[in-house]
Amino acid sequence: MSAGGRAVGTDPGGEGLAHQLKHQVPLMLWLVFVWMLLWGTWSWANLISGSVVALAVTVLLPLPPVIGGARVHPVGLAVFVGYFFVDLVRSAALVAWQTLRPGGIGNSAIIQVQMRTDSDLLLTIVAESLTLVPGSVVIDMDRERRTLSLHILHVRDLADVESRRAAVLAEEERVVRAFGSPDEIAALAHAPGEAPVATGRRTP
Amino acid sequence: MSDVDSVRDVVAVVLLLAGAFLCLTAGLGLVRFHDVLTRMHAGTKPQVLGILLIMIGGAIRLEGWSATWMLLLVAVFQMLTAPVSAHMISRVAYRRRHVRRDLLLVDELRTGEAADRLYRGDEPADAPPEEPATALEESRRDEGTLPPA
Repeated sequence: MSAGGRAVGTDPGGEGLAHQLKHQVPLMLWLVFVWMLLWGTWSWANLISGSVVALAVTVLLPLPPVIGGARVHPVGLAVFVGYFFVDLVRSAALVAWQTLRPGGIGNSAIIQVQMRTDSDLLLTIVAESLTLVPGSVVIDMDRERRTLSLHILHVRDLADVESRRAAVLAEEERVVRAFGSPDEIAALAHAPGEAPVATGRRTP
Repeated sequence: MSDVDSVRDVVAVVLLLAGAFLCLTAGLGLVRFHDVLTRMHAGTKPQVLGILLIMIGGAIRLEGWSATWMLLLVAVFQMLTAPVSAHMISRVAYRRRHVRRDLLLVDELRTGEAADRLYRGDEPADAPPEEPATALEESRRDEGTLPPA
């Protein structure tokens, strides 16, 4: 992947029509899809009017392209989605119980976790899924140093904090195995903080 | 009414009630938890699962696919937007120091003792220093009216 050399310091808009199309077409397909779901029925009229609306939205309200895009690994995706829903049910039940029980909640904690992946898209997915699943809310993200700061509800002791940190890194690993490039999957083997920063950096 | 229909109704009712119960605990959490950061937990996890269950129950009970697609969209956008809004509110709350520090076991985001005592760029002008006496002393040292420690 040659994204590292290409992406740094170049204007995303000035790279020709083909490059722009590559980033705009998935977005337009998604917009047409949402339009069809909103109408609830399939018809040619819906398809055409949806395409017009999608074209208008992408031309009038342009978004910066996501550098690199995502590769989907079916097995990794299945593992990620499976864990996601199990964790969602588990953490919802846990938080519901903590609001109901007479003792209330105990101590909470704010931890900083060193991430290993270096892609905007993957870090966004990690942050979104972390807020929904294992008892944590993302407070802040340091993009340069690749750290996430999370608020953790109900920790008992320092060992508990460390186990939560391990859970965050496990979640990151599942996301990278579901959507990451081969480089990024290889970077998982490095210890946090030692992973190469410069090679294959997928950020503008 | 056939057996299949009544089984479907029972499943739908169970899902709707469970979802409503989870949304109720989200509301309870907002009242019972101590500060903004912990309340955000109540506002995201049980509430999102509650919405999902209600959507599934509604999709089972309502007839016709067009309603189902709409409910699917509601569920997807709920899962996409709830974490983002929780994150934005938590971040603002932390920077404005609406945090019960006495209930925190560790705080690795805090940059150090000295940095928090005086005003920093991120805070609003009306945010009080955490230790007013020390902050006053330090600002007088900066001005030169007190000798350096």
